[in-house]
Amino acid sequence: MALLIGSLTIGLILALLALGVFISFRIFNFPDITAEGSITFGASITAALIVAGANPLLACFVAFLGGMLAGAITGILHTRFKINGLLSGILVMTALYSINLHVMGKSNVPLISEATIFTWLESFSALMFGAKDEVNLLGWMVNTDDVVVLLGMLLITVLFGVALFWFFKTDIGTSMRATGNNAQMIRALGVNTKMMIILGLAISNGMIALSGALLAQYQGFADVQMGLGMLVWGLASVIIGEALISKKTLGYIISGAIMGSILFRLLVAIALRWGMNPNDLKLITAVFVFIALILPGLLDKTRKTKLSINIQS
Amino acid sequence: MLTTKSLYKTFNPGTANEVRALQGVDLELAEGNFVCVLGTNGSGKSTLLNAVAGTFFPDHGSILLDGKDITHWPEHKRAKYIGRVFQNPFSGTAPDMTIAENLAMATRRGQPRGLNQVLHKSFLAEFAHRVKPLNMKLEERLENPIGKLSGGQRQALTLLMATWRKPKLLLLDEHTAALDPKTAARVIQLTEEVIKKDKLTTLMVTHSMQQAVNLGNRILMMHNGKIAYDFSADDKKRLKVNDLLALFDEIRRKEQIDPTVSEFLERNYV
Repeated sequence: MALLIGSLTIGLILALLALGVFISFRIFNFPDITAEGSITFGASITAALIVAGANPLLACFVAFLGGMLAGAITGILHTRFKINGLLSGILVMTALYSINLHVMGKSNVPLISEATIFTWLESFSALMFGAKDEVNLLGWMVNTDDVVVLLGMLLITVLFGVALFWFFKTDIGTSMRATGNNAQMIRALGVNTKMMIILGLAISNGMIALSGALLAQYQGFADVQMGLGMLVWGLASVIIGEALISKKTLGYIISGAIMGSILFRLLVAIALRWGMNPNDLKLITAVFVFIALILPGLLDKTRKTKLSINIQS
Repeated sequence: MLTTKSLYKTFNPGTANEVRALQGVDLELAEGNFVCVLGTNGSGKSTLLNAVAGTFFPDHGSILLDGKDITHWPEHKRAKYIGRVFQNPFSGTAPDMTIAENLAMATRRGQPRGLNQVLHKSFLAEFAHRVKPLNMKLEERLENPIGKLSGGQRQALTLLMATWRKPKLLLLDEHTAALDPKTAARVIQLTEEVIKKDKLTTLMVTHSMQQAVNLGNRILMMHNGKIAYDFSADDKKRLKVNDLLALFDEIRRKEQIDPTVSEFLERNYV
């Protein structure tokens, strides 16, 4: 049960990553690999600040701003200097590797003995449940601390999901969606599409950095390598979310990305439990995303062949 | 209203694909002018429209709109004063967004955009009211993605969007060329109605001589990146499709002479 709750919690934390990837991948149609740098950037900023004695909430906020800055730089490289989107992301991601080492001062910063958002949630749990260590949840006995942490992350993720939904229905947010959908059209209606891409990537990477900030506090350390493969992870979540929910309206897609992240984390946990070699995790994730990307086209093709066979016979 | 002074534009300069698209275009549009721009392929008529819209900056020359020098304004800044309908019916609308969202974005053309919700219940009633005269039953489909509509329906909506806020200048780039004849006629009818109602200053590129003769109060014929003929409202009244065809033939004849003459000159003097 602890394993399940732990997976759900990480799934919710990484749902922020999935939402960030959703913005770049689905709104602007390019996979922004800055994500791999900015998730670590968020983690390093938070770790460095918390070790220096800063308030964990403030540390998260600064991490969010740091991610926004990274995303904005990718956007500027892409729009102002006309560098290919993927390459702009690679440049910023590579630069962030050195910056992250500078921010942390070393490659790994432990946070086990520090006050974090999670130690706060645990003291809140102690306040609520008193000395009770376990609580009955639908017939299972579960650790109260775990439940409170899970609920805390659920709250944050839902909050960001709703905020994103609201934002994409505003004048600016709608223009941003139109920029990805038909840039010529929205330029002719007076929107600076370059600015939209810069702002959109800033928001995307801000959320991804926040995801990293929470992840570092949850797992108790920040590591310079922790961003590796995170873009594909986010893509997998978004794609699973779209498969879960067939409706293509904004609200459904956003909740789909959150659910996709949770489901994907659960699947990974189950696979590891069944004895999958952890070293194979990224290989399998990549293969999974590959299949998910080609599957719709493949299905269309078989459907068409079937159709033509029917017509011939 | 609109003035262009000796506009020049060369694409891919210094390469084998060099195209001298504009070679000194001087144009003066008065308020309320509805100008049809004719010309052969590659004569520079679409390039002129795009130069005014700000798709690219001219190599030389200036563009004044309503007294303001907009030569170096980016496209999105000019959009405050310019409404546009493109040749491709899919260019003017965002396919994955609903009809209502597309219209809502058009109501904010050139306005500062903030964090207000783009759609209100009250908007929907107004959208339905203004979409209804198109007679395409679109008022019942405001919540549908615009990509599901036909090219003609999307072009009619693009026209409505371009003129939702009255533009100082309306640019129509062969906006019926990709439509079937019946739909094209309908879109032309809608175009005429809105231009008349709002007294819009309009620059319309067209391939159809019939359209040029029937519509508007001025005809420009472009050739080789320049304005070859300029017919005012009075000239236009006497003008028939056959006259225009004759002019085209004349231009073509001149063109046929040109290479031979240069060859002759080369043979004798070089």
